[in-house]
Amino acid sequence: MSFLSLLARNRLALAGLIVMALVVLLALVTPILPLADPDVTNTGNRFLKPFSEGALLGTDHLGRDLLSRLLWGTRLSLAVGFAAAVIAAVLGAAVGIIAGYYGGRVDNLIMRGVDMLMAFPYILLALAIVAALGPGLLNALIAVAAVNIPFFARNIRGITVGIAHKEFVDAAKLAGMGDARIIVSEVLPNVVPVIVIAMSTTVGWMILETAGLSFLGLGSQPPQADLGSMLGEARSALITNPHTSVVPGVMILIIVMAINLLGDGVRDALDPRLRSGALTRPMAATMVQRKGPVPDPQGDNVLDLRGLETQFHVKDRIYRAVGGVSWGVKPGECLGIIGESGSGKSVTALSVMGLVASPPGVITGGAVFYKGEDLVGAPYERLRSLRGREVAYIFQDPLATLHPLYKVGDQLVEAIRVHHHVSDKEARAKALGLLKDVRIPNAESRLENYPHEMSGGMRQRVGIAMALANDPEVIIADEPTTALDVTVQAQILSLLDTLRREKGLAIVFITHDFGVVAQLCDRVAVMYAGRIVEEGPTQIVLDAPAHPYTRRLIACVPELGEGKRALHAIPGLPPAVNDLPPGCAFAPRCDKATEACRQGEIALDAFGARKLRCLFPETELEAAQ
Amino acid sequence: MGSYILKRLVSAIPVLLGITVIVFAIMALIPGDPATAILGSYATPENVEKLNRDLGLDKPAVQRYFIWLFNMMQGDFGRSFSLNRPVLDEVLDRFGATLVLAGTSFVLCSLIGVAAGVVSAARQYGFADKAITFVVLLGISIPSFFLGMMMILIFAVQLRWFPASGMWPIYGDRNLLVLLDHLLMPALALAVVATGVVARLSRSAMLEVLRQDYIRTARAKGVPERGVIWRHALRAAMVSIIPVLGIQAGFVLSGAVYIEMVFQWPGVGRMLVDAILKRDILLVQGGVVFVAACYVGFNIVVDVAQSLLDPRIKT
Ligand code: SF4
Repeated sequence: MSFLSLLARNRLALAGLIVMALVVLLALVTPILPLADPDVTNTGNRFLKPFSEGALLGTDHLGRDLLSRLLWGTRLSLAVGFAAAVIAAVLGAAVGIIAGYYGGRVDNLIMRGVDMLMAFPYILLALAIVAALGPGLLNALIAVAAVNIPFFARNIRGITVGIAHKEFVDAAKLAGMGDARIIVSEVLPNVVPVIVIAMSTTVGWMILETAGLSFLGLGSQPPQADLGSMLGEARSALITNPHTSVVPGVMILIIVMAINLLGDGVRDALDPRLRSGALTRPMAATMVQRKGPVPDPQGDNVLDLRGLETQFHVKDRIYRAVGGVSWGVKPGECLGIIGESGSGKSVTALSVMGLVASPPGVITGGAVFYKGEDLVGAPYERLRSLRGREVAYIFQDPLATLHPLYKVGDQLVEAIRVHHHVSDKEARAKALGLLKDVRIPNAESRLENYPHEMSGGMRQRVGIAMALANDPEVIIADEPTTALDVTVQAQILSLLDTLRREKGLAIVFITHDFGVVAQLCDRVAVMYAGRIVEEGPTQIVLDAPAHPYTRRLIACVPELGEGKRALHAIPGLPPAVNDLPPGCAFAPRCDKATEACRQGEIALDAFGARKLRCLFPETELEAAQ
Repeated sequence: MGSYILKRLVSAIPVLLGITVIVFAIMALIPGDPATAILGSYATPENVEKLNRDLGLDKPAVQRYFIWLFNMMQGDFGRSFSLNRPVLDEVLDRFGATLVLAGTSFVLCSLIGVAAGVVSAARQYGFADKAITFVVLLGISIPSFFLGMMMILIFAVQLRWFPASGMWPIYGDRNLLVLLDHLLMPALALAVVATGVVARLSRSAMLEVLRQDYIRTARAKGVPERGVIWRHALRAAMVSIIPVLGIQAGFVLSGAVYIEMVFQWPGVGRMLVDAILKRDILLVQGGVVFVAACYVGFNIVVDVAQSLLDPRIKT
């Protein structure tokens, strides 16, 4: 049902369906329409123009009524095309199911043959078959069906292989069911939808191909004519009487286009990725739809977030990934942002430079001040010139975040040259220096490596080198050590710490691991469900966590610094950010929660150097004066 | 690299053998007696028997296959009875024209198709995307032979911009300009469907790549959007586009037959159709094997190009 409604929502597919239905209907009723005999020649009335007396579409070179020939030809072309599609689908599916179900040597042998057939240029094979069987419509049909069998066989085999190893098939075998019965009762029902889709996308091709063979004179033989041979016969009169060519040609175009529209619609309606919108491309910068007042910058932070709100708009649902987050970093300072996955910490970090994938991401409020300049809603070109030059990122998994097909040297050189007009040679020298800065041994030869040729730790060093390429003021590190093992993690952390001291970098370090925060960060902000719940100097928060959630997070680290990363010690899951409960978002998982916690908005109150969003803190804090 | 090419060449041998087996098997399907088919039903039994002996048809099929194969390996594809000349000579004469036509179409469909796909993806759901998507749909739905005829009608007959047919004028010079003048329309008509297919695939390959993390990295570095699309995303998307280009090469090579008919282009395709209608089986056999073998060779080139592009492929 949802499939049909999806199809209906796709207006083009619907148009295709309607046109196709009309054409099929016309073809079906052709025998009972009051038409002239399509094969009766009348040389006295040769080449009548369209709209002539008694011949709506005119006549052909033998004076035969074109309208009648068109409808009869359409009927024939459709029948042949559909027949070819059905034959190819049935035989191809049979071959594919046998290969996929039995596997082993049978599969090997069949697929070898299929590959051989697919090594042929397609139409050539059809020509060879017609050459052997001789010209004729039936032979053309056989040829077109035959050359399409490998396509179906390969598709269906893939699906069958997947099914043949499922438990229910094994169970049926154990129960003593015969192979034939298993195929019919277990395999076939799963394969049929695939066959239907494959047919809907190929029947257009089949009509075109049979028309093509007829056009060449190898298909339907006179006086019988399908659309292809009508075109073929009209070719000699193309210049003097073009209407005889245009009429059948346009008909083929209409039919094939309607089928293609319909086929695309069917495919799209069944593609789960299209349904979820996962195939939309992210734009160059996150969309901004800022409502409400723009806050003012405060303090002497290089990077300062004020009430940032970032949402994901998926269909009619709104996910408040970041719900009003404020923090800042000073030069040389390291701020840790910690939380479980889904807490909004990464989205906050990506929002800074407009890197949240959009659609579906939208920045809906607040401001991001870089040295006092608001970056939310800044022109793209301005944002781009700051990206990597002033604020640089280090991402989690460098195998996925470095380009797989460029050498790391070239990627470093590019990072330099997008912001500085230097020669390739100078940039290369600088890149070499960067690799040495991040303590990569044999830096010269490493420049020539592709990312997949390096170890995880080395790759992340490259990631850091790339972030350092333009001597940025701020580095935002989004879980840079999560994919690494513990010893490499410790090396990377100490490297970052040294670089921060040497270069006076401000670092925003995003992680879910308090052990990492303890090693590196001056201050830490704890995020839950898109908001900061506690913030303060690292050591003080570690010694005396005030928020129940913070306390649990710290309890998850068995021995500080050991880098135990799992967080499953906290029962329950973070709430879905499209459906936040009123009051404290942590209440469902908090064992101190009371009715008061669920009543309404709980503010992030300042207590000296600390901030807290909780009614019943674990540690009593002195209110700020 | 050298060893990779060698490996690919060796792996092509069974494919080539398979092709000859398939072609031979198809031809062995011929209903009735081929000699009768060639000589017509009024031939005397003596003549039929003699021809059968000449063609080696009195021997068992397996033996016949190996004789045919060995002869081909020595460059003897047999003799065309309808043209009364060696099959290979005729095929080679014609193949050049087909290669010029299909090669040009292939270049056109690769360049235009990929560019259209990239632009379409970069402007997803924008005006350019919708316009390209529509044109592509039109392109893959129109029969190339009909398109060719309409092009002749408009650009050759009405506007007189290009000659209506042939590869060379009957009289006059044969230089590159003259060739291009004759080539443009047929090459375009042949390229349209393939271009549409390439554009569609390039669009979806680009959309897939644009969501990858390394594209975000490129943006985070401050690479301008043009560089992100054409340097970072396209390079990665090419890995899945190139195999499709290989398939399209086969498509234009064999689809050339329609265009050769419409534009009277003196290529292999037209030769094959004539041979089929005259039941000149040896000529069909030789032509099909030759073109299929060339296509296998081209696919090796595609694979090598792919391995050059993607360092992750073990060479
Ligand atoms: S406000 Fe209440 S529910 Fe929320 S963390 Fe504090 S005690 Fe727990």
